[in-house]
Amino acid sequence: MRSLHRGEARAGWLLAAPALAVIAVFFLLPVAAGFALSVTDFDIYAIGDPDLVRFVGAANYRTLAAEPLFWKALKNTLYFVLLGVPATMGVALAAALGVTAGVTRLKPIFRTIYFAPVVTTLVAVAVVWRYLYHPRFGLINGFLGWFGVEPIAWLADPRWAMPAIVLLAVWKNFGYTMIIFVAGLQAIPEQLYEAARLDGASAWQRFRHITLPGLAPTTTFVAVITVIGYFQLFAEPYVMTSGGGPVNATLSVVLYMFKEGFRWWNIGYAAAVAFVLFWIILAVTLIQTAARRRAER
Amino acid sequence: MRRRLSTLLLHLVLIAGAVAAIAPIAWMFAASLMPDGQANAEPPPLLPQPPTLDQYRALFARLDIGRPLLNSTILASAVTLVSLLLNSMAGYAFARLRFRGRDRVFSLLLAALVIPAQVAMLPLFLMLKSMGLVNTYLGVIVPGMASIFGIFLVRQFALSIPQELLDAARVDGASEWQIYRSVVLPLLRPILVTLGVFVFMGTWNDFMWPLIVLTDASMYTLPVALANLMGEHFQDTELMMAGAVVTVLPVLILFLAMQRSYIEGIMMGSLKE
Repeated sequence: MRSLHRGEARAGWLLAAPALAVIAVFFLLPVAAGFALSVTDFDIYAIGDPDLVRFVGAANYRTLAAEPLFWKALKNTLYFVLLGVPATMGVALAAALGVTAGVTRLKPIFRTIYFAPVVTTLVAVAVVWRYLYHPRFGLINGFLGWFGVEPIAWLADPRWAMPAIVLLAVWKNFGYTMIIFVAGLQAIPEQLYEAARLDGASAWQRFRHITLPGLAPTTTFVAVITVIGYFQLFAEPYVMTSGGGPVNATLSVVLYMFKEGFRWWNIGYAAAVAFVLFWIILAVTLIQTAARRRAER
Repeated sequence: MRRRLSTLLLHLVLIAGAVAAIAPIAWMFAASLMPDGQANAEPPPLLPQPPTLDQYRALFARLDIGRPLLNSTILASAVTLVSLLLNSMAGYAFARLRFRGRDRVFSLLLAALVIPAQVAMLPLFLMLKSMGLVNTYLGVIVPGMASIFGIFLVRQFALSIPQELLDAARVDGASEWQIYRSVVLPLLRPILVTLGVFVFMGTWNDFMWPLIVLTDASMYTLPVALANLMGEHFQDTELMMAGAVVTVLPVLILFLAMQRSYIEGIMMGSLKE
Protein backbone atom coordinates (compact mmCIF):
# COMPACT_ATOMS: atom_id res chain seq x y z
CA MET A 1 0.00 0.00 0.00
CA ARG A 2 2.86 2.39 0.81
CA SER A 3 4.50 2.00 -2.58
CA LEU A 4 1.12 2.44 -4.19
CA HIS A 5 0.80 5.75 -2.42
CA ARG A 6 4.20 6.94 -3.53
CA GLY A 7 3.29 6.12 -7.12
CA GLU A 8 0.20 8.26 -6.75
CA ALA A 9 2.17 11.26 -5.46
CA ARG A 10 4.64 11.01 -8.31
CA ALA A 11 1.82 10.71 -10.83
CA GLY A 12 0.18 13.77 -9.27
CA TRP A 13 3.21 15.93 -9.87
CA LEU A 14 3.85 14.49 -13.33
CA LEU A 15 0.29 15.10 -14.49
CA ALA A 16 0.18 18.62 -13.06
CA ALA A 17 3.67 19.52 -14.28
CA PRO A 18 3.00 20.41 -17.95
CA ALA A 19 0.17 22.82 -17.15
CA LEU A 20 2.05 24.29 -14.20
CA ALA A 21 5.15 24.74 -16.36
CA VAL A 22 3.16 26.60 -19.02
CA ILE A 23 1.56 28.88 -16.43
CA ALA A 24 4.87 29.48 -14.65
CA VAL A 25 6.91 30.19 -17.78
CA PHE A 26 4.37 32.09 -19.87
CA PHE A 27 2.42 33.88 -17.16
CA LEU A 28 3.99 34.07 -13.69
CA LEU A 29 7.55 34.59 -14.92
CA PRO A 30 6.51 37.42 -17.27
CA VAL A 31 4.55 39.03 -14.43
CA ALA A 32 7.70 39.04 -12.28
CA ALA A 33 9.76 40.22 -15.25
CA GLY A 34 7.20 42.96 -15.79
CA PHE A 35 7.89 44.32 -12.37
CA ALA A 36 11.64 44.19 -13.06
CA LEU A 37 11.10 46.00 -16.39
CA SER A 38 9.10 48.73 -14.70
CA VAL A 39 12.18 49.89 -12.76
CA THR A 40 14.36 50.11 -15.90
CA ASP A 41 14.52 52.44 -18.87
CA PHE A 42 14.00 49.56 -21.36
CA ASP A 43 13.10 51.12 -24.73
CA ILE A 44 13.37 50.54 -28.48
CA TYR A 45 17.19 50.73 -28.43
CA ALA A 46 17.36 48.11 -25.69
CA ILE A 47 15.47 45.63 -27.88
CA GLY A 48 18.47 45.65 -30.21
CA ASP A 49 21.10 45.83 -27.49
CA PRO A 50 20.04 44.74 -23.97
CA ASP A 51 23.30 46.14 -22.53
CA LEU A 52 21.78 49.60 -22.81
CA VAL A 53 19.18 48.89 -20.12
CA ARG A 54 19.72 50.82 -16.89
CA PHE A 55 18.11 50.51 -13.49
CA VAL A 56 16.15 53.71 -12.86
CA GLY A 57 14.37 52.91 -9.60
CA ALA A 58 10.96 54.55 -9.28
CA ALA A 59 11.60 57.03 -12.12
CA ASN A 60 8.93 55.50 -14.41
CA TYR A 61 6.37 55.67 -11.62
CA ARG A 62 7.28 59.29 -10.94
CA THR A 63 6.98 60.11 -14.63
CA LEU A 64 3.54 58.60 -14.92
CA ALA A 65 2.36 60.27 -11.72
CA ALA A 66 3.23 63.58 -13.38
CA GLU A 67 1.75 62.65 -16.77
CA PRO A 68 -1.69 64.23 -17.38
CA LEU A 69 -2.50 61.68 -20.09
CA PHE A 70 -2.06 58.81 -17.63
CA TRP A 71 -4.42 60.48 -15.16
CA LYS A 72 -6.87 61.10 -17.97
CA ALA A 73 -6.74 57.40 -18.90
CA LEU A 74 -7.19 56.38 -15.27
CA LYS A 75 -10.15 58.71 -14.83
CA ASN A 76 -11.77 57.43 -18.02
CA THR A 77 -11.30 53.84 -16.91
CA LEU A 78 -12.80 54.56 -13.47
CA TYR A 79 -15.74 56.30 -15.16
CA PHE A 80 -16.26 53.23 -17.36
CA VAL A 81 -16.11 50.89 -14.34
CA LEU A 82 -18.34 53.02 -12.10
CA LEU A 83 -20.98 53.43 -14.80
CA GLY A 84 -20.64 50.03 -16.45
CA VAL A 85 -20.52 47.64 -13.50
CA PRO A 86 -23.76 48.74 -11.78
CA ALA A 87 -25.54 49.09 -15.14
CA THR A 88 -24.48 45.60 -16.25
CA MET A 89 -25.37 44.03 -12.92
CA GLY A 90 -28.72 45.84 -12.71
CA VAL A 91 -29.82 44.79 -16.20
CA ALA A 92 -28.52 41.26 -15.55
CA LEU A 93 -30.45 40.93 -12.28
CA ALA A 94 -33.65 42.21 -13.88
CA ALA A 95 -33.19 39.77 -16.76
CA ALA A 96 -32.45 36.90 -14.36
CA LEU A 97 -35.62 37.62 -12.37
CA GLY A 98 -37.58 37.87 -15.61
CA VAL A 99 -36.41 34.57 -17.08
CA THR A 100 -36.90 32.67 -13.80
CA ALA A 101 -40.30 34.10 -12.81
CA GLY A 102 -42.94 31.38 -12.48
CA VAL A 103 -45.37 33.00 -14.90
CA THR A 104 -42.84 33.56 -17.70
CA ARG A 105 -43.46 31.59 -20.90
CA LEU A 106 -40.75 30.44 -23.31
CA LYS A 107 -37.99 30.86 -20.72
CA PRO A 108 -35.28 29.00 -22.67
CA ILE A 109 -35.84 31.18 -25.72
CA PHE A 110 -35.48 34.43 -23.78
CA ARG A 111 -32.41 33.03 -22.05
CA THR A 112 -30.76 32.10 -25.33
CA ILE A 113 -31.51 35.47 -26.93
CA TYR A 114 -30.23 37.42 -23.93
CA PHE A 115 -27.10 35.32 -23.94
CA ALA A 116 -26.35 35.58 -27.67
CA PRO A 117 -24.40 38.88 -27.46
CA VAL A 118 -21.99 37.27 -24.96
CA VAL A 119 -20.63 34.78 -27.48
CA THR A 120 -20.17 37.29 -30.28
CA THR A 121 -16.68 38.51 -31.10
CA LEU A 122 -16.05 41.79 -29.28
CA VAL A 123 -14.15 43.38 -32.17
CA ALA A 124 -16.89 42.47 -34.64
CA VAL A 125 -19.74 43.87 -32.54
CA ALA A 126 -17.68 46.97 -31.73
CA VAL A 127 -17.50 47.50 -35.51
CA VAL A 128 -21.26 46.96 -35.79
CA TRP A 129 -21.99 49.40 -32.96
CA ARG A 130 -19.73 52.00 -34.49
CA TYR A 131 -22.20 52.12 -37.37
CA LEU A 132 -25.22 51.91 -35.07
CA TYR A 133 -23.92 55.09 -33.43
CA HIS A 134 -23.56 56.93 -36.75
CA PRO A 135 -25.11 60.39 -36.23
CA ARG A 136 -27.12 60.37 -39.48
CA PHE A 137 -27.47 56.75 -40.66
CA GLY A 138 -27.22 54.95 -37.33
CA LEU A 139 -30.11 52.88 -36.00
CA ILE A 140 -29.78 54.30 -32.49
CA ASN A 141 -30.38 57.92 -33.45
CA GLY A 142 -33.07 56.67 -35.81
CA PHE A 143 -34.81 54.96 -32.89
CA LEU A 144 -34.42 57.94 -30.56
CA GLY A 145 -35.80 60.15 -33.33
CA TRP A 146 -39.21 58.48 -32.88
CA PHE A 147 -39.32 60.05 -29.44
CA GLY A 148 -38.25 63.43 -30.75
CA VAL A 149 -34.67 63.20 -29.50
CA GLU A 150 -32.28 65.33 -31.54
CA PRO A 151 -29.43 63.38 -33.23
CA ILE A 152 -26.48 62.79 -30.90
CA ALA A 153 -22.92 62.64 -32.24
CA TRP A 154 -22.23 59.67 -29.92
CA LEU A 155 -18.65 58.67 -30.65
CA ALA A 156 -17.55 62.09 -31.85
CA ASP A 157 -18.76 63.92 -28.73
CA PRO A 158 -16.40 63.76 -25.73
CA ARG A 159 -19.37 63.78 -23.35
CA TRP A 160 -21.19 60.90 -25.05
CA ALA A 161 -18.34 58.69 -26.27
CA MET A 162 -17.75 56.88 -22.99
CA PRO A 163 -21.45 56.37 -22.15
CA ALA A 164 -21.79 54.96 -25.69
CA ILE A 165 -19.05 52.43 -24.96
CA VAL A 166 -20.71 51.60 -21.63
CA LEU A 167 -23.98 50.87 -23.45
CA LEU A 168 -22.19 48.48 -25.80
CA ALA A 169 -20.49 46.80 -22.83
CA VAL A 170 -23.82 46.35 -21.01
CA TRP A 171 -25.41 44.89 -24.14
CA LYS A 172 -22.47 42.56 -24.71
CA ASN A 173 -21.98 41.32 -21.13
CA PHE A 174 -25.27 41.32 -19.20
CA GLY A 175 -26.20 37.84 -20.45
CA TYR A 176 -23.15 36.31 -18.80
CA THR A 177 -23.91 37.95 -15.47
CA MET A 178 -27.57 36.99 -15.86
CA ILE A 179 -26.66 33.28 -16.04
CA ILE A 180 -24.66 33.54 -12.81
CA PHE A 181 -27.59 35.31 -11.12
CA VAL A 182 -29.93 32.57 -12.38
CA ALA A 183 -27.70 29.98 -10.72
CA GLY A 184 -27.76 32.05 -7.52
CA LEU A 185 -31.56 32.40 -7.63
CA GLN A 186 -32.03 28.68 -8.05
CA ALA A 187 -29.97 28.09 -4.91
CA ILE A 188 -32.47 30.03 -2.75
CA PRO A 189 -34.84 27.50 -1.10
CA GLU A 190 -38.41 27.72 -2.43
CA GLN A 191 -39.79 27.14 1.11
CA LEU A 192 -38.58 30.59 2.17
CA TYR A 193 -40.83 32.19 -0.44
CA GLU A 194 -43.78 30.01 0.49
CA ALA A 195 -43.42 30.83 4.17
CA ALA A 196 -43.21 34.54 3.36
CA ARG A 197 -46.29 34.30 1.16
CA LEU A 198 -48.24 32.64 3.98
CA ASP A 199 -47.17 35.49 6.24
CA GLY A 200 -48.64 37.89 3.70
CA ALA A 201 -45.36 39.43 2.49
CA SER A 202 -45.69 41.49 -0.71
CA ALA A 203 -43.63 40.76 -3.84
CA TRP A 204 -41.36 43.69 -3.03
CA GLN A 205 -40.87 42.50 0.57
CA ARG A 206 -40.02 39.00 -0.64
CA PHE A 207 -37.48 40.46 -3.07
CA ARG A 208 -36.01 42.76 -0.44
CA HIS A 209 -35.80 40.27 2.43
CA ILE A 210 -35.32 36.90 0.73
CA THR A 211 -33.98 37.33 -2.81
CA LEU A 212 -31.42 40.07 -2.19
CA PRO A 213 -29.86 38.55 0.96
CA GLY A 214 -29.92 35.11 -0.67
CA LEU A 215 -28.06 36.49 -3.68
CA ALA A 216 -25.42 38.32 -1.63
CA PRO A 217 -22.54 35.85 -2.23
CA THR A 218 -23.40 35.72 -5.94
CA THR A 219 -23.53 39.51 -6.11
CA THR A 220 -20.08 39.84 -4.58
CA PHE A 221 -18.63 37.27 -6.96
CA VAL A 222 -20.24 38.97 -9.96
CA ALA A 223 -19.08 42.41 -8.81
CA VAL A 224 -15.50 41.20 -8.41
CA ILE A 225 -15.23 39.54 -11.82
CA THR A 226 -17.05 42.38 -13.61
CA VAL A 227 -14.83 45.02 -12.02
CA ILE A 228 -11.68 43.07 -12.93
CA GLY A 229 -12.93 42.64 -16.48
CA TYR A 230 -14.02 46.26 -16.95
CA PHE A 231 -10.72 47.67 -15.69
CA GLN A 232 -9.16 45.94 -18.71
CA LEU A 233 -11.15 48.00 -21.24
CA PHE A 234 -9.24 47.96 -24.52
CA ALA A 235 -10.83 46.64 -27.73
CA GLU A 236 -13.91 48.91 -27.68
CA PRO A 237 -12.01 52.24 -27.79
CA TYR A 238 -9.34 50.70 -30.04
CA VAL A 239 -11.98 49.84 -32.65
CA MET A 240 -14.73 52.41 -32.10
CA THR A 241 -12.97 55.68 -31.38
CA SER A 242 -9.77 55.14 -33.37
CA GLY A 243 -7.73 54.54 -30.27
CA GLY A 244 -9.21 56.63 -27.48
CA GLY A 245 -10.76 59.70 -29.12
CA PRO A 246 -12.40 62.18 -29.22
CA VAL A 247 -9.75 64.28 -27.44
CA ASN A 248 -8.77 61.21 -25.39
CA ALA A 249 -12.26 60.92 -23.87
CA THR A 250 -12.16 57.12 -24.24
CA LEU A 251 -8.45 56.50 -23.70
CA SER A 252 -8.29 53.63 -21.16
CA VAL A 253 -5.34 52.57 -19.01
CA VAL A 254 -4.74 49.40 -21.01
CA LEU A 255 -4.97 51.32 -24.29
CA TYR A 256 -2.47 53.85 -22.92
CA MET A 257 -0.16 50.99 -21.89
CA PHE A 258 -0.54 49.41 -25.33
CA LYS A 259 0.36 52.63 -27.12
CA GLU A 260 3.33 53.44 -24.90
CA GLY A 261 4.63 49.86 -24.96
CA PHE A 262 3.85 48.55 -28.42
CA ARG A 263 3.66 51.75 -30.47
CA TRP A 264 6.43 53.84 -28.98
CA TRP A 265 8.32 50.94 -27.37
CA ASN A 266 8.70 52.75 -24.03
CA ILE A 267 8.65 49.29 -22.50
CA GLY A 268 9.92 50.13 -19.01
CA TYR A 269 7.42 52.95 -18.70
CA ALA A 270 4.50 50.87 -20.08
CA ALA A 271 5.36 48.06 -17.62
CA ALA A 272 4.98 50.59 -14.79
CA VAL A 273 1.54 51.56 -16.17
CA ALA A 274 0.53 47.88 -16.24
CA PHE A 275 1.65 47.44 -12.65
CA VAL A 276 -0.27 50.42 -11.38
CA LEU A 277 -3.37 48.92 -13.00
CA PHE A 278 -2.61 45.60 -11.30
CA TRP A 279 -2.31 47.22 -7.85
CA ILE A 280 -5.58 49.10 -8.37
CA ILE A 281 -7.41 45.93 -9.40
CA LEU A 282 -5.93 44.04 -6.45
CA ALA A 283 -6.90 46.79 -3.99
CA VAL A 284 -10.47 47.03 -5.30
CA THR A 285 -10.87 43.23 -5.19
CA LEU A 286 -9.60 43.07 -1.60
CA ILE A 287 -11.94 45.89 -0.55
CA GLN A 288 -14.91 44.15 -2.17
CA THR A 289 -14.23 40.78 -0.52
CA ALA A 290 -13.50 42.41 2.85
CA ALA A 291 -16.79 44.33 2.69
CA ARG A 292 -18.56 41.06 1.96
CA ARG A 293 -16.96 39.30 4.93
CA ARG A 294 -17.88 42.17 7.20
CA ALA A 295 -21.47 42.10 6.02
CA GLU A 296 -21.65 38.36 6.73
CA ARG A 297 -20.60 38.88 10.33
CA MET B 1 -57.28 40.70 -13.43
CA ARG B 2 -54.40 42.65 -11.94
CA ARG B 3 -52.32 39.50 -11.98
CA ARG B 4 -52.93 38.94 -15.67
CA LEU B 5 -52.05 42.52 -16.45
CA SER B 6 -48.73 42.31 -14.62
CA THR B 7 -47.95 39.03 -16.40
CA LEU B 8 -48.66 40.68 -19.73
CA LEU B 9 -46.48 43.64 -18.77
CA LEU B 10 -43.64 41.34 -17.76
CA HIS B 11 -43.77 39.63 -21.15
CA LEU B 12 -43.79 42.97 -22.97
CA VAL B 13 -40.65 44.02 -21.10
CA LEU B 14 -39.01 40.66 -21.79
CA ILE B 15 -39.83 40.96 -25.50
CA ALA B 16 -38.51 44.53 -25.63
CA GLY B 17 -35.29 43.27 -24.02
CA ALA B 18 -35.06 40.45 -26.54
CA VAL B 19 -35.49 42.90 -29.43
CA ALA B 20 -32.74 45.12 -28.01
CA ALA B 21 -30.44 42.12 -27.54
CA ILE B 22 -30.98 40.79 -31.04
CA ALA B 23 -31.31 44.02 -33.06
CA PRO B 24 -27.58 44.78 -33.50
CA ILE B 25 -26.93 41.20 -34.65
CA ALA B 26 -29.95 41.19 -36.94
CA TRP B 27 -28.97 44.52 -38.48
CA MET B 28 -25.43 43.24 -39.03
CA PHE B 29 -26.82 40.34 -41.09
CA ALA B 30 -29.28 42.56 -42.97
CA ALA B 31 -26.72 45.25 -43.85
CA SER B 32 -24.20 42.61 -44.98
CA LEU B 33 -26.69 41.60 -47.69
CA MET B 34 -27.21 45.15 -49.00
CA PRO B 35 -25.63 46.48 -52.19
CA ASP B 36 -22.96 49.19 -51.86
CA GLY B 37 -24.19 52.35 -50.18
CA GLN B 38 -27.70 51.19 -49.32
CA ALA B 39 -27.13 51.24 -45.54
CA ASN B 40 -26.19 54.92 -45.62
CA ALA B 41 -29.63 56.47 -45.92
CA GLU B 42 -32.10 58.38 -43.78
CA PRO B 43 -34.01 56.77 -42.21
CA PRO B 44 -31.67 53.73 -42.04
CA PRO B 45 -33.19 50.82 -44.02
CA LEU B 46 -33.77 47.62 -42.06
CA LEU B 47 -33.93 45.12 -44.91
CA PRO B 48 -31.71 44.66 -47.98
CA GLN B 49 -33.44 45.45 -51.29
CA PRO B 50 -32.69 43.29 -53.11
CA PRO B 51 -30.49 40.98 -50.98
CA THR B 52 -27.12 40.33 -52.59
CA LEU B 53 -23.98 38.37 -51.75
CA ASP B 54 -21.75 40.99 -53.41
CA GLN B 55 -20.08 42.01 -50.14
CA TYR B 56 -19.12 38.43 -49.34
CA ARG B 57 -17.80 37.96 -52.86
CA ALA B 58 -15.66 41.07 -52.48
CA LEU B 59 -14.39 39.92 -49.08
CA PHE B 60 -13.31 36.48 -50.21
CA ALA B 61 -12.22 37.22 -53.78
CA ARG B 62 -10.69 40.67 -53.46
CA LEU B 63 -9.74 41.06 -49.80
CA ASP B 64 -8.77 37.44 -49.12
CA ILE B 65 -10.66 37.08 -45.85
CA GLY B 66 -10.32 33.33 -46.31
CA ARG B 67 -6.78 33.60 -45.00
CA PRO B 68 -7.64 35.08 -41.56
CA LEU B 69 -10.60 32.68 -41.42
CA LEU B 70 -8.14 29.81 -41.86
CA ASN B 71 -5.69 31.30 -39.33
CA SER B 72 -8.43 31.70 -36.72
CA THR B 73 -9.65 28.15 -37.29
CA ILE B 74 -6.17 26.64 -36.99
CA LEU B 75 -5.23 28.67 -33.92
CA ALA B 76 -8.48 28.15 -32.02
CA SER B 77 -8.42 24.40 -32.76
CA ALA B 78 -4.78 23.99 -31.74
CA VAL B 79 -5.16 25.91 -28.47
CA THR B 80 -8.32 23.94 -27.68
CA LEU B 81 -6.72 20.53 -28.20
CA VAL B 82 -3.50 21.25 -26.31
CA SER B 83 -5.17 23.03 -23.42
CA LEU B 84 -7.77 20.27 -23.01
CA LEU B 85 -4.96 17.75 -22.59
CA LEU B 86 -2.88 19.80 -20.15
CA ASN B 87 -5.79 21.19 -18.11
CA SER B 88 -7.49 17.81 -17.79
CA MET B 89 -4.28 16.18 -16.51
CA ALA B 90 -3.66 18.95 -13.99
CA GLY B 91 -7.30 19.32 -12.96
CA TYR B 92 -7.56 15.61 -12.23
CA ALA B 93 -4.26 15.63 -10.32
CA PHE B 94 -5.38 18.54 -8.14
CA ALA B 95 -8.73 16.89 -7.45
CA ARG B 96 -7.96 13.25 -6.90
CA LEU B 97 -4.22 12.50 -6.58
CA ARG B 98 -2.67 12.99 -3.16
CA PHE B 99 0.73 14.64 -3.30
CA ARG B 100 2.60 16.97 -1.01
CA GLY B 101 2.11 20.67 -1.56
CA ARG B 102 -0.95 20.07 -3.72
CA ASP B 103 -3.39 22.30 -1.88
CA ARG B 104 -0.86 25.07 -1.37
CA VAL B 105 0.00 25.16 -5.07
CA PHE B 106 -3.69 25.16 -5.96
CA SER B 107 -4.54 28.09 -3.71
CA LEU B 108 -1.57 30.00 -5.15
CA LEU B 109 -3.02 29.41 -8.62
CA LEU B 110 -6.41 30.72 -7.53
CA ALA B 111 -4.80 33.81 -6.02
CA ALA B 112 -3.05 34.47 -9.35
CA LEU B 113 -6.48 34.76 -11.01
CA VAL B 114 -6.65 38.45 -10.02
CA ILE B 115 -3.53 39.29 -12.04
CA PRO B 116 -4.69 40.89 -15.30
CA ALA B 117 -3.15 39.26 -18.37
CA GLN B 118 -1.91 42.63 -19.64
CA VAL B 119 0.70 42.74 -16.88
CA ALA B 120 2.46 39.79 -18.51
CA MET B 121 2.19 40.97 -22.11
CA LEU B 122 5.25 43.23 -22.49
CA PRO B 123 7.75 40.75 -21.00
CA LEU B 124 6.03 37.86 -22.77
CA PHE B 125 6.42 39.66 -26.07
CA LEU B 126 10.15 40.23 -25.44
CA MET B 127 10.55 36.61 -24.40
CA LEU B 128 8.79 35.22 -27.47
CA LYS B 129 10.76 37.64 -29.64
CA SER B 130 14.05 36.23 -28.32
CA MET B 131 12.69 32.72 -29.00
CA GLY B 132 11.83 33.72 -32.58
CA LEU B 133 8.11 33.13 -32.02
CA VAL B 134 6.80 36.61 -32.85
CA ASN B 135 4.57 36.51 -35.94
CA THR B 136 4.18 32.71 -35.77
CA TYR B 137 1.23 30.47 -34.91
CA LEU B 138 3.20 29.23 -31.89
CA GLY B 139 3.42 32.76 -30.53
CA VAL B 140 -0.38 32.78 -30.22
CA ILE B 141 -0.71 29.16 -29.09
CA VAL B 142 1.97 28.93 -26.42
CA PRO B 143 0.50 31.24 -23.73
CA GLY B 144 -2.91 29.59 -24.15
CA MET B 145 -1.73 25.99 -23.72
CA ALA B 146 -2.92 25.87 -20.09
CA SER B 147 -5.08 28.12 -17.97
CA ILE B 148 -5.83 28.50 -14.29
CA PHE B 149 -9.55 28.72 -15.03
CA GLY B 150 -9.39 25.49 -17.07
CA ILE B 151 -7.60 23.62 -14.29
CA PHE B 152 -10.14 24.95 -11.80
CA LEU B 153 -13.11 23.89 -13.92
CA VAL B 154 -11.79 20.35 -14.46
CA ARG B 155 -10.89 20.01 -10.79
CA GLN B 156 -14.41 20.96 -9.66
CA PHE B 157 -15.82 18.27 -11.88
CA ALA B 158 -13.16 15.64 -11.09
CA LEU B 159 -13.91 15.91 -7.36
CA SER B 160 -17.04 13.86 -8.08
CA ILE B 161 -15.02 10.88 -9.34
CA PRO B 162 -15.39 8.17 -6.65
CA GLN B 163 -12.12 7.37 -4.89
CA GLU B 164 -13.03 3.64 -4.79
CA LEU B 165 -13.04 3.52 -8.57
CA LEU B 166 -9.45 4.75 -8.72
CA ASP B 167 -8.32 2.47 -5.86
CA ALA B 168 -9.93 -0.52 -7.53
CA ALA B 169 -8.06 0.22 -10.75
CA ARG B 170 -4.82 0.46 -8.75
CA VAL B 171 -5.42 -2.89 -7.07
CA ASP B 172 -5.99 -4.37 -10.52
CA GLY B 173 -2.47 -3.23 -11.35
CA ALA B 174 -3.27 -0.32 -13.67
CA SER B 175 -0.54 2.31 -13.92
CA GLU B 176 -1.40 5.89 -12.98
CA TRP B 177 -1.25 6.92 -16.63
CA GLN B 178 -3.59 4.09 -17.62
CA ILE B 179 -6.00 5.19 -14.90
CA TYR B 180 -5.98 8.75 -16.22
CA ARG B 181 -6.27 7.59 -19.81
CA SER B 182 -8.98 4.93 -19.55
CA VAL B 183 -10.85 5.61 -16.30
CA VAL B 184 -10.67 9.36 -15.64
CA LEU B 185 -10.70 10.83 -19.14
CA PRO B 186 -14.00 9.15 -20.18
CA LEU B 187 -15.61 10.34 -16.94
CA LEU B 188 -14.40 13.90 -17.57
CA ARG B 189 -15.97 13.99 -21.02
CA PRO B 190 -18.85 16.38 -20.22
CA ILE B 191 -16.63 19.01 -18.62
CA LEU B 192 -14.07 18.67 -21.40
CA VAL B 193 -16.76 19.44 -23.97
CA THR B 194 -17.70 22.53 -21.97
CA LEU B 195 -14.11 23.64 -21.51
CA GLY B 196 -13.38 22.96 -25.17
CA VAL B 197 -16.19 25.28 -26.26
CA PHE B 198 -14.97 27.92 -23.81
CA VAL B 199 -11.38 27.79 -25.00
CA PHE B 200 -12.28 27.68 -28.68
CA MET B 201 -14.51 30.74 -28.39
CA GLY B 202 -12.06 32.55 -26.13
CA THR B 203 -9.22 32.06 -28.59
CA TRP B 204 -11.38 32.87 -31.60
CA ASN B 205 -12.63 36.11 -30.02
CA ASP B 206 -9.32 37.19 -28.49
CA PHE B 207 -7.97 40.45 -29.82
CA MET B 208 -5.17 42.08 -27.84
CA TRP B 209 -2.60 39.29 -27.80
CA PRO B 210 -2.89 38.34 -31.51
CA LEU B 211 -2.77 42.06 -32.31
CA ILE B 212 0.54 42.29 -30.46
CA VAL B 213 2.23 39.09 -31.53
CA LEU B 214 1.13 38.84 -35.19
CA THR B 215 2.74 41.43 -37.44
CA ASP B 216 2.06 40.22 -41.01
CA ALA B 217 -1.38 40.56 -42.57
CA SER B 218 -1.08 36.96 -43.80
CA MET B 219 -0.91 35.78 -40.16
CA TYR B 220 -3.81 37.87 -38.80
CA THR B 221 -6.75 36.28 -37.06
CA LEU B 222 -10.26 37.46 -37.98
CA PRO B 223 -10.63 40.10 -35.23
CA VAL B 224 -7.23 41.62 -36.07
CA ALA B 225 -7.96 41.51 -39.81
CA LEU B 226 -11.37 43.11 -39.22
CA ALA B 227 -9.96 45.95 -37.11
CA ASN B 228 -7.36 46.47 -39.83
CA LEU B 229 -9.97 46.43 -42.59
CA MET B 230 -11.85 49.17 -40.76
CA GLY B 231 -8.93 51.52 -41.42
CA GLU B 232 -9.22 51.29 -45.21
CA HIS B 233 -12.90 50.52 -45.70
CA PHE B 234 -14.65 52.53 -43.02
CA GLN B 235 -16.96 54.09 -45.62
CA ASP B 236 -18.07 50.68 -46.91
CA THR B 237 -20.67 49.93 -44.25
CA GLU B 238 -22.12 46.89 -46.03
CA LEU B 239 -18.69 45.36 -46.61
CA MET B 240 -17.68 45.84 -42.97
CA MET B 241 -20.92 44.19 -41.85
CA ALA B 242 -20.17 41.19 -44.05
CA GLY B 243 -16.72 41.02 -42.41
CA ALA B 244 -18.36 41.12 -38.98
CA VAL B 245 -20.70 38.28 -40.00
CA VAL B 246 -17.79 36.13 -41.18
CA THR B 247 -16.11 36.73 -37.81
CA VAL B 248 -19.15 36.16 -35.60
CA LEU B 249 -21.08 33.45 -37.43
CA PRO B 250 -18.79 30.47 -36.65
CA VAL B 251 -18.86 31.10 -32.88
CA LEU B 252 -22.57 31.91 -32.94
CA ILE B 253 -23.30 28.56 -34.60
CA LEU B 254 -20.99 26.79 -32.16
CA PHE B 255 -22.83 28.40 -29.26
CA LEU B 256 -26.29 27.48 -30.58
CA ALA B 257 -25.16 23.89 -31.06
CA MET B 258 -23.48 23.60 -27.66
CA GLN B 259 -25.38 26.11 -25.56
CA ARG B 260 -26.42 23.73 -22.82
CA SER B 261 -22.89 22.65 -21.88
CA TYR B 262 -21.58 26.18 -22.37
CA ILE B 263 -24.09 27.71 -19.97
CA GLU B 264 -23.60 24.91 -17.44
CA GLY B 265 -19.89 25.64 -17.55
CA ILE B 266 -20.46 29.26 -16.56
CA MET B 267 -22.65 28.16 -13.69
CA MET B 268 -19.99 25.68 -12.52
CA GLY B 269 -17.23 28.23 -12.83
CA SER B 270 -19.18 30.59 -10.62
CA LEU B 271 -19.67 28.07 -7.80
CA LYS B 272 -17.50 28.98 -4.90
CA GLU B 273 -14.94 26.52 -3.45
